[in-house]
Amino acid sequence: MKILVPVKRVVDGNVKVRVKADGSGVDLANLKMAMNPFDEIAVEEALRLKEAGKAQEIVVVSIGPAQALETLHTALAMGADRAILVRTDEAVEPLGVAKVLRGVALTEQPGLVILGKQAIDDDCNQTGQMLAALLGWAQGTFASELAVEGDKARVTREVDGGLQTVELKLPAIVTTDLRLNEPRYASLPNIMKAKKKPIDEKSPASYGVDLAPRLKILRTEEPHARKPGVKVASVAELIDKLSNEACVL
Amino acid sequence: MAILLIAEHDNATVMELTARALSAALLIGTDIDVLVAGSHARPTAEAVAGLKGVRKVLLAEADELAERLAEPLAALIVSLADGYDTILAPATSSGKNVAPRVAALLDVAQVSEIIEVVAPDTFKRPIYAGNAVQTVQALDSRKIVTVRPASFAPASQGGAAPVLTVPSAGDPGLSSCVGNRLSETVRPELTSARIVISGGRALGSTEKFEEVLLPLADTLGAAVGASRAAVDEGYAPNDWQVGQTGKVVAPDLYIACGISGAIQHLAGMKDSKVIVAVNKDEEAPIFQVADYGLVGDLFEIVPAFEKALRDRA
Repeated sequence: MKILVPVKRVVDGNVKVRVKADGSGVDLANLKMAMNPFDEIAVEEALRLKEAGKAQEIVVVSIGPAQALETLHTALAMGADRAILVRTDEAVEPLGVAKVLRGVALTEQPGLVILGKQAIDDDCNQTGQMLAALLGWAQGTFASELAVEGDKARVTREVDGGLQTVELKLPAIVTTDLRLNEPRYASLPNIMKAKKKPIDEKSPASYGVDLAPRLKILRTEEPHARKPGVKVASVAELIDKLSNEACVL
Repeated sequence: MAILLIAEHDNATVMELTARALSAALLIGTDIDVLVAGSHARPTAEAVAGLKGVRKVLLAEADELAERLAEPLAALIVSLADGYDTILAPATSSGKNVAPRVAALLDVAQVSEIIEVVAPDTFKRPIYAGNAVQTVQALDSRKIVTVRPASFAPASQGGAAPVLTVPSAGDPGLSSCVGNRLSETVRPELTSARIVISGGRALGSTEKFEEVLLPLADTLGAAVGASRAAVDEGYAPNDWQVGQTGKVVAPDLYIACGISGAIQHLAGMKDSKVIVAVNKDEEAPIFQVADYGLVGDLFEIVPAFEKALRDRA
């Protein structure tokens, strides 16, 4: 079985972004970028399935500008076999991403596509579900456990009330939650080896996809700031403030 | 301008989340139908019919709808979509699972986790873990929207909408539910509780988490939450996680105990009305969003707080 893992280049999760003063967006100049953390978990899960003999090849794909090659190199250094860059300099919405990925999936014929459940920049949480819909495949979202047996995948999902386990007919889509695994770091020899791994370059047009935006961003602003709080010295003072000042007790 | 709202329920009770999402729907338009899809869900449908502002309730009952699997539920919603300009779901794990599938089947973009309705086609939503807020206009003629329940007050009771039965669209046979391991709790539901008490990694173990936090939660009638660090360490179950990728809460009172305040955690609680932080590190970022901060050892402060509240009662 082949596993396809889409990866996205995003602002590093430890960086606090600033909104541009004119409201036109978020200032990304000179910020540290990294692979979306949920996508790292997706790559790791694919590697573990390959190491367990459940998969033979791992293909990673990213849709974005030339700099997305860095993200693909990271995935190859972790152990993926080859990569595809679908190059575009435009911002692509999740529906557009899903349509391109559908094209990639139809060409590559994977048995499983593993995606991060959401990207930590736009926080949309859409692409995996949309791809499942476009392919007419089963979906197992927010996975904290994944097992592949024959032509089925068993996915334990993190849901609001606890955990739900579903069985999916393959091929299928799985999206990762935080506790699926802890991704490995790429070793130096593997980083060197990764430089020889093949990277194909494609364009959205190669898959006949129209990426015209369906959403218009009118404005980006800072969230409401909270007014500064105070330190209290004791439990008694805290209870007094909560009862008489904040009136919540 | 008709709206279809997908109800969140557990086949027995309507979750307050549905009433909150209904408030968002009422800001978009007036002809609001609510879909209750499940198995033996008629009591739920009757309860939804009692919410003010509902035009009619559509009840779909079938075995394949019992576990809210995305594939049959999305097929059902698509089969009903023709009559509606806007399809809305609360941004719960079930809503987040099914709404994008519906959007793609209808070839429509989705607007995720709105926190404000600006106009019927324009919404505010947080990005970058809530460090920025985008105003987004949906250009498709049909809109698919998920609603962050904590940002909207629940719609009131007092409606008397009719309940109509609609057929399931069938089971595509792609997936099945093997089992659920749901947390059993007598405490209020995390995302709609009036008071939330959360613990972080500083608790150190499941035992301490229970021994220190739960008595205070019970005294206050509070729901219990946790930081990602505490959940990753196994001190608390996954469905307690508050944050960017967990649950988003906005209670009247949020008490953070031994939580440093990573931006991913703040994303899940900083819209709470009053925030209390207890932490031994006075430089912890949580104090920047706290209305009342208490620097010190939570293992002394939390039990003392609980005792003082009990003595006061």
